[in-house]
Amino acid sequence: MNHRDRKGDGRDNLPNFSLEHDAKMGELVEGLKALATGFITTLRHLFRTPITEEYPEYKRPLPARSRARIILTRDPDGDERCVACYLCSAACPVSCISMQSAEREDGRRYARWFRINFARCIYCGLCEEACPTLAIQLTPDFEHCERDILTLVAEKKDLLIDHGGKNSEYNFYRYAGVAMVGGKGTHINEDRPVNLKSNMP
Amino acid sequence: MRPWILGFIVLFVKLLVVLVGLLLTAAYLVLLERKFLARLQIRYGPNRAGRYGILQPLADTIKMLTKEDVVPEAADRVIFLLAPAVVAAEALLIFAVVPFGRDTMLFGIKVPMVIADLNIGLLYVFALSSLGVYGVALGGWSSNSKYSLLGGIRGAAQMISYELALGLSLVPIVMQARSFSLVDIVRAQAHYPFILVQPISFVIFFISAVAETKRIPFDLPEAENELGAGYHTEYSGMRFGLFFLGEYVNLIVLGGLIAVFFLGGWRGPWLPPVVWFLVKVFVVALVMIWIRGTLPRLRYDQLMHLGWKVLVPVALLNIMLTGAILLS
Repeated sequence: MNHRDRKGDGRDNLPNFSLEHDAKMGELVEGLKALATGFITTLRHLFRTPITEEYPEYKRPLPARSRARIILTRDPDGDERCVACYLCSAACPVSCISMQSAEREDGRRYARWFRINFARCIYCGLCEEACPTLAIQLTPDFEHCERDILTLVAEKKDLLIDHGGKNSEYNFYRYAGVAMVGGKGTHINEDRPVNLKSNMP
Repeated sequence: MRPWILGFIVLFVKLLVVLVGLLLTAAYLVLLERKFLARLQIRYGPNRAGRYGILQPLADTIKMLTKEDVVPEAADRVIFLLAPAVVAAEALLIFAVVPFGRDTMLFGIKVPMVIADLNIGLLYVFALSSLGVYGVALGGWSSNSKYSLLGGIRGAAQMISYELALGLSLVPIVMQARSFSLVDIVRAQAHYPFILVQPISFVIFFISAVAETKRIPFDLPEAENELGAGYHTEYSGMRFGLFFLGEYVNLIVLGGLIAVFFLGGWRGPWLPPVVWFLVKVFVVALVMIWIRGTLPRLRYDQLMHLGWKVLVPVALLNIMLTGAILLS
């Protein structure tokens, strides 16, 4: 029986004094038990292996989508994906991306220069979300602090890499920005037009 | 050579050894606390400065010494500058009466392993530990900041309530040892340590000692999450370091006092007396760190309740009990 229940029983003409005393003792025992539990818990922790990951010696594998250093990727054909549309630069909350667009002889746009100031970048990933060609991407590589702040300004040659990043198969110009050749329904990922006059499948 | 010159040389050497030893122990006690506490929390603790963080105290000292010593514009300058010294000096001075080993013969003269064997050593301890409050209260007041002031007031109130229990818990010890001298108290424990006959005293003294060192669960004067850092919020550099040093020297001293009053001082089989003394001090320190790693901070009213309504009456009862047993 709980000591609180016993206290309730004591209302009728039984002498209340000893019961209350009992309740006090019960509280004391409970308190001591609680104290002991705490001390045993910490003592047990003393003999456990620490869960600390010691960073420079051990590097935790980061998820592929963790957001750190920004790269400019290439499409499967090896062309730059970036079409210098300025959407990343517009989306950037801290305005750390700047570029100058230009046009190739075949009419495809590209960035004449492309600059990211990593000293300003907050690694929010909005540029990656804004990019229609999946050119700009964030990578899990975060160890690039520098003593001189100006060395954190990355030019196009520092950003451009020779693979497709997270979506290596994607090629923007197969989906859009090209003249249609085969007629309706022949393009990539496109269904043939539905015949409105018939309800046959 | 005249004997009194020799005596002075011995005294100075002893002073130097004890002072350096005490400061070094305090510095490494900080490391021990951080490592041990970390292990209680399943962490490693400092392990970068040197092997196992062995150079961490050195690095901390260099950092403290080279940091800017800021004095707030509105602070009471003189008192603000002096307050940390009170805390550190008080803690260091108490150790003067703590015997840490058996008397030894050196070059034909007797060298007692205590700086000063005062016949009122125990009263001296209480006088000084009460003075330590001035450092806290004045430091808190002179900073002219609300957090510091609150911390200082709490410190003063806490010290007053626990000093009483601290003193009363030792009265039975004095009754049994029939002396106020700490050397005599250790001598009286030749057959058995006083913890066996005075367990209630021991518990009261231990709790009061934790409160005296302002450690968790009695760290209300500092209370990081309510008061910034309490009475030393406005302190920086080595002045903050002095508060810190005082706190840890105090921990050693109270560990030493617990050893002297209850655990038989430097007495023990096989090992040399000084080693036994150090072992006892460190065991007490480890238990205090264990308590720090386990218990949450008491609320202000709970602290006062425990001090005035529990510890003081129990200590008084214990005195009466001891008196009755000694007389009968």
